[in-house]
Amino acid sequence: MSALLLSYLKAFVVGGLICLIGQLLIDFTRLTPARILVSFVVIGVLLGGLGLYQPLIDFAGAGATVPLTGFGATIARGVRDAVREYGFMGILLGPLTASAAGITAAILAGLIVSLVFRSGDKS
Amino acid sequence: MTKKLGKQTYLMQRPPVVRAWAAVGGKKEGEGPLGASFDLIEPDTTFGQDSWEKAESRMVMQAVSRALGKLSLSPEEIDCVFGGDLLNQCISTTFGLRETGIPLLGIYGACSTIGEGMLLASLLVDAGTVRRAMAVTSSHFCTAERQYRFPLEYGSVRPPTAQWTATASGAVILEEDGDQPPYLRAATIGVIEDLGVTDQNNMGAAMAPAAAATLSRFFRDTGSAPEQFDLIATGDLGAVGSQLLVDLLRRDGLEIQSRHTDCGLLIYDRDHQDVHAGGSGCGCSASVLGAYLLPALRDGRIRNLLFLPTGALLSPTSVQQKESIPGIAHLIWLSHEKEGII
Amino acid sequence: MRISNQDYAQMVKKASPPTRVAATLPGAFGIGGTICLLGQMLCDGYTALGLAQRFCSTAASCTLVALAAALTGLNVFDNIAKHAGAGTLVPITGFANAVTSPALEFKTEGMVLGVGAKMFLIAGPVIVYGVAAGVLYGLLFWLFGT
Repeated sequence: MSALLLSYLKAFVVGGLICLIGQLLIDFTRLTPARILVSFVVIGVLLGGLGLYQPLIDFAGAGATVPLTGFGATIARGVRDAVREYGFMGILLGPLTASAAGITAAILAGLIVSLVFRSGDKS
Repeated sequence: MTKKLGKQTYLMQRPPVVRAWAAVGGKKEGEGPLGASFDLIEPDTTFGQDSWEKAESRMVMQAVSRALGKLSLSPEEIDCVFGGDLLNQCISTTFGLRETGIPLLGIYGACSTIGEGMLLASLLVDAGTVRRAMAVTSSHFCTAERQYRFPLEYGSVRPPTAQWTATASGAVILEEDGDQPPYLRAATIGVIEDLGVTDQNNMGAAMAPAAAATLSRFFRDTGSAPEQFDLIATGDLGAVGSQLLVDLLRRDGLEIQSRHTDCGLLIYDRDHQDVHAGGSGCGCSASVLGAYLLPALRDGRIRNLLFLPTGALLSPTSVQQKESIPGIAHLIWLSHEKEGII
Repeated sequence: MRISNQDYAQMVKKASPPTRVAATLPGAFGIGGTICLLGQMLCDGYTALGLAQRFCSTAASCTLVALAAALTGLNVFDNIAKHAGAGTLVPITGFANAVTSPALEFKTEGMVLGVGAKMFLIAGPVIVYGVAAGVLYGLLFWLFGT
């Protein structure tokens, strides 16, 4: 049981810290949200490519996979696996293979939500 | 004929009368300190329409018809209307006035539009060219967010310097000389001022230099001083821009702090409403004018008012191309008296 | 008296209140951490239900995407984000909100040019540069890695 609690604690703290870095970027640089998202994904690809992100996933689980850096690391893993399997063609096949579920889920959710709801006033 | 004073100021020879006005607002404006003084508060900010743009047009129409209603006028009795808003191609004004048949001159001055409209209307009326002219403008929080920032449901964070676009519309009707205050005594056409502010979340700072330039130009052109006016009301500088305006003028030896107020600070209660540095938008100054300033001028609670709507002349494209934000401010001198001071 | 842009920038800086980091940083850490914690619980839950180990984290992420999209549709997400800042932006929930909110917003311009075309207005760059970085990495890995 304590192992389970520890894994939750690790997910919370590591995930929180990654978000904290994002908040520091918002507060102290003039990066727009879109730029921060792009930066996190690219950094994720970089860290994933260098093999530095997997240890963090092993340690913190969802604390490392849920932030967008994890999305970047997933892209890197997908590319690596695809190149191993298909060679050169894997470069083109890989990036969206591993991240397909996340993107498809977002498109589908966006479409369904836009059919059902409408945006509301903020006053 | 209007008399030109100095470089940019026009002194009315037969001061036009502000005969009627109307202020329409949304839910948040109704909850603000001036809420009870609006002619109409619509708690449903869709105004019963199926898009935010249609809602804003509907609001324009309501402001116009309320102003007309106070004088029991029909649209045919208005010689011309100057109108504009923040949306691309000024669609709120166009579609709001589509059914009225009033001769329209569409104008764009961002949030200074009501000043620009009143200025142009007063020049035509003072010259005797037209007998009765109207100025109208509007802004809607939801249309402005869509055009300038993010989708409404996007989870973005506003810094403390950001301002809140008012969901409001204001219309005024000017008539040739009569004997019922308030009178429009003079107007100063503003110049574009740009001191390099690029932060779209600090519009007050971008516009303060324009307000300072127009105000000091007015005093120089007319030979008057701040002490001769009870109140100087800027359009939507908010808390940050207001402070900067006072500081900028102090450098030039003009002290206005004790008699300065800003419509962006009057329209909301910043302590209890989540509006950060204050209100903004064309409708902010136009509705505060109708809900508070003009009634006070009519009753003599304010005798001489310098009204300076301020506009930030940016577009989403200019921001993305890293341009700084040019500001503009037009000045309207409104008075309880037909003569005096100058 | 003219004032230089530099001098005015100093005045602006002095007059502008700073961001209250005492509120933003704990908000981002707490809410961001909670979302990741929820992700972990979902992941464990899916494993317990018998989903293959290698799919559970993807399934958890997709659930968070669906949840964030639903909260966006219910006009709630932005109210949480106001306090969370990067706490909702950085997790996959921020990506879902970035896709859903323009889809919802531009519904008034039609299903094709509104919803369909505007859906990736904000989130598009994430995919563009994520894929570009992936391709670059793939090229290097193909040349030197195998």
